[in-house]
Amino acid sequence: MNDRAPVEPKAVINESGLEVKPLYTRADVDASGGEAMIGAPGEYPFTRGIHRLMYRKQPWTMRQYAGFGNPRDTNQRFKYLIANGQTGLNVAFDLPTQIGLDSDDPLAEGEIGRVGMSIDTLRDFELAFDGIDLDKITVSMTINGAAAIAIAMYLAMAEKRGYDVTKLRGTAQNDILKEFIGRGTWIFPVEPSIRLVGDTIEYCARHAPKYSPVSVCGYHIRESGATPAQEMAYAFCIARAYADEAIRRGLHVDEFAGRLSYNFNIFGNLFEQVAKFRAGRSLWAKIMKEEYKAESPGSMWLRMIAAGGGGGLTFEQPELNIVRGAYYALISALSGTQTMALCSYDEAYTIPTEYSARISLRTMQILIEEMGLTETVDPLGGSWYVETMTNQMRAKMEEIIAETDAEGGIVKLISEGAIQAKVSAQAYRMQQNIESGAFPKVGVNCYRNEHEDEHPVEFHPYNEDDARAQIASLAQVRAERDADAVARALARVGADARDGANVMPAIVDAVKAYASVGEITRELVKVFGRYQEPIRF
Amino acid sequence: MSSPTPAMPARRIRVLLAKPGLDGHDQGAKIVARAMMDAGFEVIYTGLRQTPEAVARIALDEDVDVVALSSMAGSHLPFCRKLKPLLEAGGLTDKLWMIGGNLPAQDHGALRELGFAGIFPTGSRLEAVVSYIRENAP
Repeated sequence: MNDRAPVEPKAVINESGLEVKPLYTRADVDASGGEAMIGAPGEYPFTRGIHRLMYRKQPWTMRQYAGFGNPRDTNQRFKYLIANGQTGLNVAFDLPTQIGLDSDDPLAEGEIGRVGMSIDTLRDFELAFDGIDLDKITVSMTINGAAAIAIAMYLAMAEKRGYDVTKLRGTAQNDILKEFIGRGTWIFPVEPSIRLVGDTIEYCARHAPKYSPVSVCGYHIRESGATPAQEMAYAFCIARAYADEAIRRGLHVDEFAGRLSYNFNIFGNLFEQVAKFRAGRSLWAKIMKEEYKAESPGSMWLRMIAAGGGGGLTFEQPELNIVRGAYYALISALSGTQTMALCSYDEAYTIPTEYSARISLRTMQILIEEMGLTETVDPLGGSWYVETMTNQMRAKMEEIIAETDAEGGIVKLISEGAIQAKVSAQAYRMQQNIESGAFPKVGVNCYRNEHEDEHPVEFHPYNEDDARAQIASLAQVRAERDADAVARALARVGADARDGANVMPAIVDAVKAYASVGEITRELVKVFGRYQEPIRF
Repeated sequence: MSSPTPAMPARRIRVLLAKPGLDGHDQGAKIVARAMMDAGFEVIYTGLRQTPEAVARIALDEDVDVVALSSMAGSHLPFCRKLKPLLEAGGLTDKLWMIGGNLPAQDHGALRELGFAGIFPTGSRLEAVVSYIRENAP
């Protein structure tokens, strides 16, 4: 018999601040709120998934983030990914496009086509999607500040090619509030930015009802330093701000809520992430049903894309990112996401090469074809640990939402820079924990290689000629288009912005006349002004 | 209570931390800024989307000892090529020029030739950045 005093195991606290016990039993599930909040897949509150059969009916959509150079380059990458089994497109735009600058703007020099494809006019959308059947493959666009223009161009391009836009599916990220927290591709101040999001929701609800005009993005909030619970709670606060804006315009919640979607991050503890998604689904359903009085189940569904996880990747030993990516995909599958966009192993360095993008696609295909991840719905359901953590994560998220509301609401807190300061302080603490070794990171603070500068990464090349070709192409469009029609259309964009009208119809007309992203943005800036960021630490 | 007046209070190291170009990923810059402040440096952070002209002007106006850039989106070389003559024209050649962020090893030589002596790619430790400034700031 061992007569030594029993050793208490060291306390384990997850990133969201919840204690993890060495063992869970049914008593823990009961103490955390019981089974009442779990339900069945496809039934309120959708903890176990928004559909009854989930992947058994149809696997998740594989939608790798892609785009670089000019629209012709990106068109080729799209076709390569589709040929390799990708089932959706997720478009990356370059920084000038994202912040409403034309390729010939002096500020765009050196940035054209670098982190995504460059778009100046409708002509570029026509080139980028040439030969791609928009009925067979849905397109998601990662753009926020200039999202209203990108949506208008996408719809106009589809219409010109003969698609019925009332049936056209697709998604724009169009989540400007998160841009003020992380990523920084804002253009206008906070209030007019929300108005623009409202314009797109209202326009799509009436003209393109199958199109998803907003994908609320907890992803970047987490990348900026938020915990998993904060990521989801802040995303819900932001979604409520957009929903309030849409309702203020007279829309009924069931007219637009079913088209709101989400983008979440995946790196970190597997069980905490799975619990985060299960908890998030039930909390969003509750918010929509109880707070917004939604009646349609579709309005209560947390439809999402997950599996990015860029913040979890490391510069050290980049080949380990292939392994991390595989686990991220596994977490996403166990979480019941609708769509995956898996980060490629070289993304701590460069935009993905064809080779690394293919490895990411194959990673997801291995889960589907070999690992049995699509055969049974919510395979972790019923685990005492996961169910307890799910209930606790939901309570934690509700606590963060209540705290945010009590402090004046998400819009006020973002305007003041308060959320930014909070997540940035957390990012600093995390970096300190990584450097001290308190938060283990393989290859970074433990199991390091002796020669850390030997990185087997092939760089995606940047081609200056593509940038020059893009500027020349813009000049050609300007020379060929009807200048009077452009001037009239731009004048209407400005007038509608000033009058408080929905600017989307005017923007759609302007893009059809081949007005450029920069020209339309300038009209809006004249009325809305530009955002000045509060710098707070 | 009286305390002896120091003959000459030591001047704190002044660092300009700038986000060049259009890249909006500034969490790394903010983390480094906090580490520098904790180390006792004075940090002037520019916020996003600075032009080379603005960086050079702020460096001059603020009389900084260190000009540090944070770049994540791959446009570091074109930016530094434009910034170098502006810093020289402002008489800032004796200051410490540094850059951090997503900087592939193949570009380090070119950055050093442009005068950016301190290069801290993603994954660098905060204490490495801080001690480099302590040892090399003019």
